[in-house]
Amino acid sequence: MQKLRRKVYMAAGYNTVALGTGRSEFNPKKPRPGIEHYIREAGQGTLRQIGGARNVDEGTIGNFMAARFNKQGHLAGFIPMIDEGLQYKPCTRTEGACASGALALMAGMQSVLAETADVVLTVGVEVQNAVKAIYGADILAGAGWFQKRKNGHAYFFPGQFSDRAGAYYAKYGTERARKGMGRWFRNAIENARLCPTAQEYENKVEDLEAFYHKMRLNGATFVDNLNVLDCSKVTDGASAIAILSEEGLKRVGIPRSQAVEVVGWAQAERNITNDPPDLTELTTIKKTSAQALESAGITINDLATIELHDCFSIAGVLSVEALGFAKPGEGADFIATGQTARNGKIPINTTGGLIGWGHPTGGTGVHQAVTIWEQLTGNAGAAQIEIPKDRPYGMTINMGGDDVTVVAIVYKRGG
Amino acid sequence: MTYDERLQNVSILGAAGKMGSGILLLTVVEMMDLSLKPENKGKPFALNAIDVSQEALAGLKDYLGTQMLKIAEKKVVWLRKAYADRQDLIENSEIIDQYIRDTLSIVRRVTRVEAAYDSRLVFEAVNENRDLKIKLFKQIDQNNSSKPWFFTNTSSVPIHLLDEGAQLGGRILGFHFYNPPAVQKLVELIVTDNTIPEAKAFAEQYARNLKKVVVPSRDFAGFIGNGHFMRDALYGIHEAERLSKEMPFHEALYMVNRITQDYLVRPMGIFQLIDYVGIDVTQFIMKVMNPFLPDEDLHSHLLDKMMEMGVRGGQFADGSQKNGFLKYEKGKPAGIFDPDRKEYVMLAEFSSKCDEKLGPVPSSAINWKTAVKLRNKEEKLAAFFNELKKSDALGAKLAVNYGRKSNEIGQKLVTSNVAFSKEDVNTVLLTGFFHAYGPINDFFE
Repeated sequence: MQKLRRKVYMAAGYNTVALGTGRSEFNPKKPRPGIEHYIREAGQGTLRQIGGARNVDEGTIGNFMAARFNKQGHLAGFIPMIDEGLQYKPCTRTEGACASGALALMAGMQSVLAETADVVLTVGVEVQNAVKAIYGADILAGAGWFQKRKNGHAYFFPGQFSDRAGAYYAKYGTERARKGMGRWFRNAIENARLCPTAQEYENKVEDLEAFYHKMRLNGATFVDNLNVLDCSKVTDGASAIAILSEEGLKRVGIPRSQAVEVVGWAQAERNITNDPPDLTELTTIKKTSAQALESAGITINDLATIELHDCFSIAGVLSVEALGFAKPGEGADFIATGQTARNGKIPINTTGGLIGWGHPTGGTGVHQAVTIWEQLTGNAGAAQIEIPKDRPYGMTINMGGDDVTVVAIVYKRGG
Repeated sequence: MTYDERLQNVSILGAAGKMGSGILLLTVVEMMDLSLKPENKGKPFALNAIDVSQEALAGLKDYLGTQMLKIAEKKVVWLRKAYADRQDLIENSEIIDQYIRDTLSIVRRVTRVEAAYDSRLVFEAVNENRDLKIKLFKQIDQNNSSKPWFFTNTSSVPIHLLDEGAQLGGRILGFHFYNPPAVQKLVELIVTDNTIPEAKAFAEQYARNLKKVVVPSRDFAGFIGNGHFMRDALYGIHEAERLSKEMPFHEALYMVNRITQDYLVRPMGIFQLIDYVGIDVTQFIMKVMNPFLPDEDLHSHLLDKMMEMGVRGGQFADGSQKNGFLKYEKGKPAGIFDPDRKEYVMLAEFSSKCDEKLGPVPSSAINWKTAVKLRNKEEKLAAFFNELKKSDALGAKLAVNYGRKSNEIGQKLVTSNVAFSKEDVNTVLLTGFFHAYGPINDFFE
């Protein structure tokens, strides 16, 4: 990546509740807020922290499949709905499956870098509980190549990652792998319990790993190599954050100490019509994360925390390996020994990630940025971890489809 | 004839009724799934839903549609494999829709019994009227060249009488589903000395495929389920009548209903259960069973009186509970019928007074919902019932006597050879009546 023309910051993050099974206010039989509600709540949450809509030059919104979940396309048109002051400002919607949110961040960052905007309001949203999970699986399958849908599993993406898990088990041992995946689940729930907006915030299970291992794999009713605890949630939710230049920070009156600086990133695309080159490796994530760290001029040892895309626990294991924290086959051991827990060597997904906090698909990329912003600026509340002075960096990895669209962003504490 | 061939043409008599519609649903799903087997592709499967009521038959379509959607959604993993050769069906939603369409196309809704003349298997779920059953079986059998088998859902009429009456030569057995058939796991299977073994083997296979729990019962009026329930209910009625000499009838009825639910840890009180089954149905089953019981009188004047007043219980078409001995608001008991005043007295007006008369409930009490989920439920129940036995309170005494009576009824079903074992009696009550414990136990000794 070429040297940046100007500095880019993010600040004023906001998350709605991640609504779905597990939240006591969720009742599938009763009407729920629509997509408009989430966009408005998240957008206004950020606007309140940046002096209102008048300070915003542009809006971007990431969303995957509202056209099918909610029969609603044309989402950029909902940005001016957030606040009258956004009327007639340029707005863009991005789509890259579950990486739609990070693409909205990228679009905002590029506008700031292009010097066509100093303050961009970026929103990510998905409202998935509008349909039952079995039909949601059809919709989410759109993140893969439709030509492969017919021979795919009823639960298409769990099926894809079940195949990855199966290959990993065969290569490195089932018990060893599931030990790490069980710990991944435990970390996710324990972290979510510290974050009031998380879908698993109210989870009361005492021995999470025992609970995980008690649930047998059953290919007759679900997929062969994963159980439902290995999977991210079906979530309604939105997140928003402001992307700013130095001038933008001044305009909205936010000190650098309350912002994070974007110091590196990478974005890559894999040919969706090909099968992954190696089921036991997230190749695009491997390339993208290395490139992002290189562009920031740091290594994984400089990171204080990471938000990574654990749509399935196996994706967590493979991402840890792709990042280089463990050799191939040793990611599960690295996790099982607590090194990715909030008090471990590298705290990952400190508010629960996709399995614990929730996975409003098109909103997840923005949620990840909000979490890193919270942690690096001391705004993470009960979920706050210690950010060592010599490691003031955080990173997000947002993945669309089966390792197809990947965006990795490196952040540094602003102050 | 193979199992699959037997199920290629089936008729259900009384298909639009409460039991018939459930049997129809389970059977059509079984037939549909057989038709999807590679070796059955292209073979016709037909299920005649026969009922006298054109109106009720019309309602069947909605019922089946709703239920089929739930069933299809649950087995979509399997359906994707079953429809793998249909390149035009790609998404789950398309496969589910097709499965429902295919299943519904097996069902032919008709009012004429002649439709059963080509069937190889006939399920019967009409009224508990022996003569009607015999007449239908006879008519179908005389006009059907494939010597069909008859599976009757009767809960009270001895099977051998139907066999003899319709001259079926043993091509009949009792296949007694519990209400609602689509949900209840229990089936009582009754064969006579004359039942052909192939029919029995088929019935066992069919029950296995439907994932039912089969309890065999001897061919004696009422079998195990009603053999216990009718006597248990009659005891409850007599207890209420006895208590009513000292208090208004509705209070007595409330107390018996309460102790049978809360003290005996059952899912509902005995009068609520009579309402659920239907006062009319309960009265009718007692009437069917009574002639076969020379040593007892299975008959209640109270039930007759309720029927004369037009209070029948049972359910509305949407499944909600009709008023009977109890008045229901949003499905929950809200009042008790006073036969003298011919009106309901609301619980709020008198229940606390009755609760006081029943006396304190021991601290170890557990409710039914909790009990059924407990791993150590035997231990918890024993602790509660032991405290009841030690208590002098009226409620405790009524409950202990009731528990003993229930035990006695259960034992009698075994000693009189209706049930093959005490385990079978307990399984029927545990599975078919959702009790937390079997009636044959040591709790109340």
